[in-house]
Amino acid sequence: MVSNIKQQKNNWRSTRDGFGEAMLELGKKNKEVVVVSADLAESTRVQPFAKKYHERFIEVGVAEQNMLGVATGLALEGKIPFATSFGVFSPGRNWDQLRVSICYSRANVKIIASHTGLSVGPDGASHQALEDIAITRCLPNLVVLAPADFNETKMATLAAAKHQGPVYLRFARQASPIFTVTKQTFIIGRAKILIPGKDITIIGIGPLLYEAILAARELAKKGIRAEIINSSSIKPLDAKTILASVKKTGRAITLEDHQIHGGLGSAVAELLSQSLPRPLKIMGVSDQFGQSGQAEELWEKHQLTHPYIIQHALKLLKK
Amino acid sequence: MRKPDIRELKIIANTIRQDIIRMLVLAGSGHAGGSLGMTDIFTVLYFKILKHIPEQPNNPYRDRLILSNGHICPVQYATLARAGYFPLVKLKSLRKINSQLQGHPHRGSLPGIETSSGPLGQGISQAVGMALAAKMNKQNHHIFCISSDGEHNEGQLWEALMTAHKYQLGNLINIVDYNGIQIDGYTKDIMPLLSLRKKYEAFGWEVLETNGHDIKNIIKTLEKAKTIKRPVAIIAHTILGKGVSFMENKYSWHGLAPNKEEAAKALKELQHGK
Ligand SMILES: Cc1ncc(C[n+]2csc(CCOP(=O)(O)OP(=O)(O)O)c2C)c(N)n1
Ligand SMILES: [Mg+2]
Repeated sequence: MVSNIKQQKNNWRSTRDGFGEAMLELGKKNKEVVVVSADLAESTRVQPFAKKYHERFIEVGVAEQNMLGVATGLALEGKIPFATSFGVFSPGRNWDQLRVSICYSRANVKIIASHTGLSVGPDGASHQALEDIAITRCLPNLVVLAPADFNETKMATLAAAKHQGPVYLRFARQASPIFTVTKQTFIIGRAKILIPGKDITIIGIGPLLYEAILAARELAKKGIRAEIINSSSIKPLDAKTILASVKKTGRAITLEDHQIHGGLGSAVAELLSQSLPRPLKIMGVSDQFGQSGQAEELWEKHQLTHPYIIQHALKLLKK
Repeated sequence: MRKPDIRELKIIANTIRQDIIRMLVLAGSGHAGGSLGMTDIFTVLYFKILKHIPEQPNNPYRDRLILSNGHICPVQYATLARAGYFPLVKLKSLRKINSQLQGHPHRGSLPGIETSSGPLGQGISQAVGMALAAKMNKQNHHIFCISSDGEHNEGQLWEALMTAHKYQLGNLINIVDYNGIQIDGYTKDIMPLLSLRKKYEAFGWEVLETNGHDIKNIIKTLEKAKTIKRPVAIIAHTILGKGVSFMENKYSWHGLAPNKEEAAKALKELQHGK
């Protein structure tokens, strides 16, 4: 289901804003929810929570390894800590702490990463998390979520709080179109069909999914019906929905603001190659670092926008 | 080449501050506060202290300078350009797509950038490695590292300090941008550092302090640091946003670029302050 197809830029909101709103809600609903920050409270949108629930806000300074350790301790004593930073620093810098302190002990920590993907923009490569899915997807006990827009990020945050166990939640900095339905509950392990189709399956994550929706509309004009799937739960992956779709269409494209190695595309390739081998195109960043620029310019440079999706779809349809 | 005197260094620093404002307003984003706060120190380093030849950025005898708090790179870019590393016109491309002037320093993109940085706390370890290599090679250049007070929250930095002491790296000088500010507020509120001097001393480092805006004292302190046979920390007392009244000491200017009106106001102040 896609809502509100007409997109005016002034209606766009960032996924990080969705997270911030959900945290305010959680602060009120659940007294065990705690936020841990590493000097990025404003950028990760937990400042309102920090103001309102001061006694449940822990600022550890620029110290991401320490942050995950402190969060683990809180979790082992029954709190529900949300450890917040940018993806490049957490889980980028503190992967060992994530692996052993959190995942191995199955500590109920929510690892929250804003500023993922090329869409970080002008800050450049050092700040663009393009490997975070690869390094989290491989960890036992860890759930990996990548919601698509403001609404879904809100819902995913609430679902992460409810889930008993570690969750990695990735979202982005820039304002982006809102296209998911507000009241739809977020179920971990469940993908959503945004647009039903029968000719080709396009599986995406994050704000970049909007490009897939634009591609589907263009393809429809050519009589091609693309099925668009939002796979915001990367781990566990919704094998059932994906297999059913690819069985019907016979071909698939994956789309992500992440390296092509180890991300959503790899997860889908692992599934299809072992259960239903079909032609697959993995769209993402091809083994390169990003750079400074505007989000749209970078997506264009790395050929992730809808004209490229259409090109790949037409190519796959010839197979 | 004759080195500039104190009066001339002040004029260069003022020009670099104006460059920073012009670069940031064109870029539409970037870190004004720390860049302006460290301008006097960068000016003294590149125009007075560093052993370097801008036309030969890879000359093996050069002093190395590592910018660990990479977010203040606009001041390094502007200083490098003014020192002759690359044409001034390139400053206009800061943070734009396909630019050599990346939002955070990138080794290989631009002459004069020794390493990539941005994620805090990684610079001093690399400086330690360079200092060890210089000793192995029996070279006598210095390794200067610029770091920030907020950056001292990171554990890696303290690991590096221990290594530097263990190997008695007398060719290593760490200049700390001690402005009392980090992203979300004052360092005393975000993570109190207490006495940085005592901490460095306990880690076996020699500690010097300077006013980060007194050109004469910056020169004196750096020259003294070069004579000390142990790793030296220079705690530089700086003012975030120095030179632009409405930015000074305001942590909201940590990661902000001025808009057109603010830039015009800032440039007017700087031109008067010449
Ligand atoms: C490892 C890491 N974590 C977080 C950040 C985000 N960050 C950028 S600057 C900064 C504040 C650092 O304080 P300081 O350098 O003293 O700031 P300034 O004085 O320049 O305002 C933070 C937390 C980062 N760059 N690296
Ligand atoms: Mg500071």
